[in-house]
Amino acid sequence: MNINATLLGQTVAFIIFVWFCMKFVWPPLMNAIEERQKRIADGLADADRAVKDLELAQAKATDQLKDAKATANEIIESANKRKAQIVDEAKAEADAERAKIIAQGQAEIEAERNRVKEDLRKQVAVLAIAGAEKILERSIDEAAHSDIVNKLVAEL
Amino acid sequence: MAATGEALTPQGYIQHHLTNLSVGEGFWTWHIDSLFFSVGLGVLFLWLFHSVGKKATTGVPGKLQCFVEMIVEFVDSSVKETFHGRNPVIAPLALTIFVWVFMMNFMDMVPVDWIPELAMAAGIPYMKVVPTTDLNITFSMAIGVFLLIIYYSIKVKGVSGFVKELTMQPFNHWAMIPVNFLLETVTLIAKPISLALRLFGNLYAGELIFILIALMYGANWALSTLGVTLQLGWLIFHILVITLQAFIFMMLTIVYLSMAHEDH
Repeated sequence: MNINATLLGQTVAFIIFVWFCMKFVWPPLMNAIEERQKRIADGLADADRAVKDLELAQAKATDQLKDAKATANEIIESANKRKAQIVDEAKAEADAERAKIIAQGQAEIEAERNRVKEDLRKQVAVLAIAGAEKILERSIDEAAHSDIVNKLVAEL
Repeated sequence: MAATGEALTPQGYIQHHLTNLSVGEGFWTWHIDSLFFSVGLGVLFLWLFHSVGKKATTGVPGKLQCFVEMIVEFVDSSVKETFHGRNPVIAPLALTIFVWVFMMNFMDMVPVDWIPELAMAAGIPYMKVVPTTDLNITFSMAIGVFLLIIYYSIKVKGVSGFVKELTMQPFNHWAMIPVNFLLETVTLIAKPISLALRLFGNLYAGELIFILIALMYGANWALSTLGVTLQLGWLIFHILVITLQAFIFMMLTIVYLSMAHEDH
């Protein structure tokens, strides 16, 4: 364990190792570490921003939902109004139609009645003449009374 | 137990464990085992971290990448807490010191006989597996840090500033220059020496205790059981020691270098 040339050899090795470490070992490792630290910091900042964005988006969504609800209520209200209006219109139209149909029916009935009345009158006249003929055949001279019969016929 | 071939005495066993595999004579002795393990562990560390760094994604990291980044961030925050300047060297230097010293210390966790026995089987007579129990290894790192301290002192304050720091403190009077110089030089020199000796002493003592406990095996069953228990206890405690020593070496390096950057 006395001092000898080993000292020199080891000193040279030491210097070379430190130089190698300085040139080829330290920089890449330190770069990787620092790069990662930067990325982590960026990631954390991004996360913070994302949380803020999310909050904003939620507030916006709530607002929009409120608006949408209001609009929907408006639409429903106006629809209800319109429905009532349509129902009323339909009712009025139906009433008018009914009245028209009833009037038409009554007119038809009247016409039919008039026609039947005319028919009946004609038949009564025929019957009356036939009855009168039967009565008159016995007592009246056809020639003498033909003017009266003719008058009757003309009257009918 | 190590079968050294010769008669197996406790002294021989300990001696064998504390001898480096070396080539060369005198000063030009090279501790092959210390260099092999320290360079091997250093290359392992750099290869692992480099391969993770090359594939590093900025997205979701894998488990290995997480582990590596954890260490890097730990070192980076330690540096940023202590050193408030811009210097591209200090953080990688601290990372290298921390992980490398920790890995070298971690060799202490390998049971003391495993690697020497394997080496013996392969025909290698000596094998000291914990590089930080070799004074040369700890001193060379401390000297590297020391050179950086001087370099940055001069770079930041200039030569005159550095000389002034050594001579005009703590007593700001021309007559006190020799005293100041003596005090400041001792302070300066004490930095690398304390760095090196602290790490070396802790790990050397730890390794020695592992070896001493290992001596209890094979005596009889009671001692063996006690040995296993002690070994386990020391091992668990040592996890703290090796991490702490690596951390202290790194922290003191950062502190010394940040002091070198300070202008008085």
